[in-house]
Order: sequence, then C-alpha cells, then structure tokens
Amino acid sequence: MSLSNRTRPYVTIAQRSIGDPILQNALAGLQERLGKGALNSYTEISDSESFRKKAHEIRMNAIDNLDFLLERLADKIEENGGFVHFAPDAKSAVTYCIDIAKRNGVRRIVKGKSMVTEEIGLNSALESENIEVTETDLGEYIIQLAGEGPSHIIAPAIHKTREQVGALFSEKLGIPYTDDPPTLTAAARKALREKFFAADMGVTGCNLACAETGHITTVSNEGNIRMSSTLPRIHMAFMGMERVTAKLTDHAVLFDLLPRAAIGKNMSGYISYVGGPRQSDHVDGPEEFHLVIIDNGRSRILADKNLREILCCVRCAACLNVCPVYRKIGGYAYQSPYCGPIGSVITPLLRGVNDYKDLCQGETLCGACKNICPVHIDLPRLLLELRKKLADGDPEWDVTRANPFEKAVFMVWSMLIRNRDIYDLFLKTSGFFQKFLPRRHRMIHRLPPPFHGWTDKRDLPPLASESFIQRWERMKKNG
Amino acid sequence: MNNHKNVTLFVQCLIDAMYPHVAEKIVRVFEKTGVSVDCPRDQTCCGQPAFNAGYRKEAVVAAKRFIEIFETSEAIVCPSGSCVYMVRRHYPELFENDPKWRRRAKDVAAKTFEFTEYLVDILHHVAFGATFDGKVTYHDSCHLNYGLGIRTQPRKLIAGVGKAEFVEMPDSDRCCGFGGTFSVKFPDISAAVLEEKVETIVAAGADAVIGADMSCLMNIQGLLNRKNIPIKTLHIAEFIAGESS
Repeated sequence: MSLSNRTRPYVTIAQRSIGDPILQNALAGLQERLGKGALNSYTEISDSESFRKKAHEIRMNAIDNLDFLLERLADKIEENGGFVHFAPDAKSAVTYCIDIAKRNGVRRIVKGKSMVTEEIGLNSALESENIEVTETDLGEYIIQLAGEGPSHIIAPAIHKTREQVGALFSEKLGIPYTDDPPTLTAAARKALREKFFAADMGVTGCNLACAETGHITTVSNEGNIRMSSTLPRIHMAFMGMERVTAKLTDHAVLFDLLPRAAIGKNMSGYISYVGGPRQSDHVDGPEEFHLVIIDNGRSRILADKNLREILCCVRCAACLNVCPVYRKIGGYAYQSPYCGPIGSVITPLLRGVNDYKDLCQGETLCGACKNICPVHIDLPRLLLELRKKLADGDPEWDVTRANPFEKAVFMVWSMLIRNRDIYDLFLKTSGFFQKFLPRRHRMIHRLPPPFHGWTDKRDLPPLASESFIQRWERMKKNG
Repeated sequence: MNNHKNVTLFVQCLIDAMYPHVAEKIVRVFEKTGVSVDCPRDQTCCGQPAFNAGYRKEAVVAAKRFIEIFETSEAIVCPSGSCVYMVRRHYPELFENDPKWRRRAKDVAAKTFEFTEYLVDILHHVAFGATFDGKVTYHDSCHLNYGLGIRTQPRKLIAGVGKAEFVEMPDSDRCCGFGGTFSVKFPDISAAVLEEKVETIVAAGADAVIGADMSCLMNIQGLLNRKNIPIKTLHIAEFIAGESS
C-alpha cells in the first residue's frame, strides 16, 4: 500500500521529527500553551459556538461575493492615492514588487511576518536582485538568520531552543553567547531598529481587508508590522485574494476571535488599519502605498463549491496547536509555509493534489481542528474531499487515481460486504491463515505486507473463532 | 419499564469479527433494561473504511445495504461512535445527488444511536449492577467526542459501576492515532501519536482503560501488549454489564 519512503518527504521528515526529542518537547509545550489557551479563551465569550458560526457566515459571505468586494476594496484604496496590483500568480506578484523597488532605488526592505510572501518566494527573489530583506518579527528574524523556513504559521521558530538562538545570535550579531531570552530579545531589537531606520521600503502581509472602508488590517504582538508599514518611504502589503470582508463590523467579530484562536488572548498587542499613503493631515506613514492581491490558485478553489470553504481561513494556526499529527511531525513535513491541518488542505490545492497527497492522507480525521477553528471550517470534510479525488481521480483538478492497488482492494471489499455468506467465508478463510502468523501473548506480532506497518510497533488481536453474528444465529437456532 | 422498546443492534464489523464477547455484553445490558434486541444476520460493515479512504462508490454500496437492512427498525444502536458518525453525518452526504436515497439515509440517520447515548439519553439507565475492583480511566474517541458530542454519557455509565475508582487522565480527548487506513499507510506517525496516549494512560495509574469505540481500544491494546504493560482495555459494555441476570 505504500511507496518507498524515499519518494515520500512527508514520511521521511516526519520520522526525523519524531526522533528529535527537543522538537517533541517544543511541540508539546506549544500545544499546551496555545492550543489549550485558545480553548480556554473561547469560554470567556458567551455562546462561543454561535459566535464562531457567525464568523463562519461572515467569511463565507465574503468568499461568495469576492469579485465585488475586491473591486470595491481596490477602488477605495486607489481613491485614497494607493496603488493596487492584482497578481494572477506568484511570478506576477514578485515581479511587481521588484519593479517598484527598482524604480524607487530601494536597497533595503524591512518585512512584517507574512505567510503569503513565503508562499510566493518573495525574499529569495528580492535578494537575487541584490535588495537586502530583513524579517522583523522575532521568530522570522531568527529563522532568517539561520537560513531556515517557518515551521509554524504564527510561531515560525518554534523548532529552535533558546540555546540554539543564543549560538545563532552570537555568530550572526556578534554578541557574547547567552541563552537569556530578554537579553537575546534586546539584541534582536537593537539590530532591527537600525534596519527599520535604514529601510527604503516596508513589506507586510494583511490579516484582513475591508471593502466598505478600503483598508487593510494587520495584527502583531511586537509592533514590528506597524514600524514596517509606517517608517519606510514605501509600504507594500501582500494579501491572498480571499482575505477581505464586506464591512468594518465584520472585523469586530473576526478580530475578537483571531487573537483568542492564535494565542489564547482576547486582544493582540497591535492592530493597524492602513488605507493608503500618508494624507496631508497625517503625521506619519509612507509616501507610497501598494496593495498586491494574490490569486496564485485561489480562483480555482473558489470555483469549486465543495472546497471554497477553505478560503474562510484567517491563518490563526489554532488547528496546528491541537492537531495530534502536527504535534508529532512538526511543520517541515508539510513542505510548505502552510502546515498542520490547514496546510494539509491548502497545500495540495495550491500546488497539486497528487504531488502532496500524503498531506491529506496523513491525518487521522480526529476533528480537533474543526473543534478549535475560530471560523468553524470543517477541515475533516475538506480532507475527505481531497481523498475522494485521489481515490478515483478528478479531471477538473487534474488529479489522477493515486493508488490503483488500493482501489482494487476496496472494490473487492465492497463485494465481500455485499453478501453475508461470502463475508463469513472470508472471515473463516482469514481465520485459517492467521494461524500461520507469529503471536505474542495471544496477539498477532507480525502481519504480512501491505499491512506490516501496523505490527512494526504494535500487536493486533486475532479474529475470533466465531463471529458474533454466527454465534447469535447459532444461539437463536438452539433457542 | 420502557414501554417495551425494541432496538436493532448494528454490531460494528470489528466487534463482530474480533471481539464477539463485547457484543454479548451489549445484549446483556439491554436484557437488564427490559429492551428487546434484534440483530440482523445480513449486516456487515457501515462503509466507513472506504469512505474515509476516499472510495465513495464503494462506501455507497455499504450504505445502501445498511439502509435496506435497518430502515424498518424502531431504533438502531451501535457500540461505536465512528460508525454512528458515518451513518448520521456521512450517509446523507453520500446521497447528495440522489433525493430518494438521501431521504431514506436521513430517516435511518435519525434513528441510529450510539450505545452509551441510547442508554443514558433515551433509556435513562446508568447502572446495571456491575462492580470493578480497581482504578479506571476513560479515553474519549474522536468521532464520539468531536463528531457526536458524546462526553458525559460514558462517564455517567462508568460512575454507575460499583467500587470502581475513576481517574480522569489529562488530554483524554486527544486522538489515539488510529485513524483507520491511516494507521497502515503512516504507521510511524500513527505509532508516535499512540505512544503518547499510552504514556498518559500509564501515568494515570489505571488498571484498565475504558473506551466506547473498539477500534481505538484495539490500537491502544496493541501497544500495551507489545510493551508488556498489564493494563486492560475494556469496551464500556464489558465494564458496565455485570453478571448475567
């Protein structure tokens, strides 16, 4: 049933993570703090279930009217003197950014944390144009210095210990080694201040935009996004095209839930509303404001009524913080900036369902993700939709049948379960052959391929000599 | 005492083939409540393994068969949250484009109950004269807990067992790592999730771990046995049934 692990990075990276006790500890600690924090925080809202359903409706309503809302948002921003670029793909978004940077002689960029810029590979593209890019979120800064990618959507350096950060800062920032978090944070702050003041351009993401008022909203806990968007001459914000709502009152609901879901707090440190460049009556802000609205595969999801629900996501990462699988395998196994349950759905859709099939098949469907999602996305249902495509192929998504052997197994299975006589015969035959399997304490110790994975680590109870139905029938006959 | 209710038992294929003694205990529990039990001989599987692996056409075969066998029943009771979730939640979904079957699926879904849910919420019966000498803990199976919202019912039933000392383990609602075909396709990940579940059970100091879904218990039992840990895994029916009356 399984291919060689060499062709399955999800499995090989997962195995590596499972064998890393430091990472295991970090992931358990993360879930303990953030996952439980979120669930506790929801209890402070009266009837949080209905509140989250309302949030779902707000998001679905926006998704269903996306064309109208984006047009309205763009018009408003342009009215305020901003520029809007609709990027059909990653290349268009990146090229636009490079063009604007070059035209303005930009040498140095500071960035607020943004997953969509990770998705489009913005940093490496800018660096290859000899433009210096500095991540200013502490976690992002750490992994940038280390030359690594994020392993969590909001806690990107969760895989790093403070000792590792101490050694990294000592090497890269030239400070004496320490593993004292306040000292390390102060060192990062000092280094980043210089970057902020020297930057010609600030790049940020966008947590949510508002069509009614024509602004984008960014949320941070370190204040770095606000500095990135106000200090440099130019501010360029990137947003996935789904990240818009109709009305400002929608933000009140969603920003009540977002910090609760993300960090278990009822409010974030900073919420910034940006609607364009500095106006004549503003004391600060950029001279130029650009908003890049990115499609990059989202229209295709939008067109599929069974899947568009995933576009409700506000990237709070709460699903990562409760997922039993993410807890063990960490972020890198998902091979994309989007990891955990959300990554298991969105990455195959954005990058190819067949290529990333292990992501959507490698989840237990336990439902903890759905239970915590602030916008009530039915993630298990979406995983099942993807599995359906993989099982029988789906030309609309260019998906081919992933495993013809497994298909054959289930076709045979569907014949067996159709007729109790045949089913009983199957049980009886299996019962006969299981006698040849090695046992320990009356349980089966080793199964033949393709089921051997089960008995690599655990035993399996044998089939009973007589099924309950057979026994029931026998007892009925005997009165 | 229950206006002579009749229940039809859907055994769950796993219990039928591997744990027939659990089904016998279920019958015993119903006998003690005065409810008459029927168990159609033709039943096999609800189709969940195929559905969860993505094979909808094959799952439809199982679903239609299930509906045909059980639709004349007064109430269908199944000792597995995940099978009940399949019937209640996914059957109507399977027939999205087939109004006739969808209606039949919904009718069946509306009268399909999980074992502990039926005992506590419908029959209001929580004690059956059983005793247990020792400390027990409870594992919340995912489809039962997150899918059907059944958390209190099994605990009420456990409280109805004499002498048993109940200890709530931390994260009792975290997945055991079974996930059906997932456990065979991704055995290392599945086992890593399971390892932590078993560590938690051991740390609780329980003599037995109770569950209401045999598939999770089979998974847990598999590792306990491999590690020679003498903690019993018991389906809640086994735990509460007591001696035959």
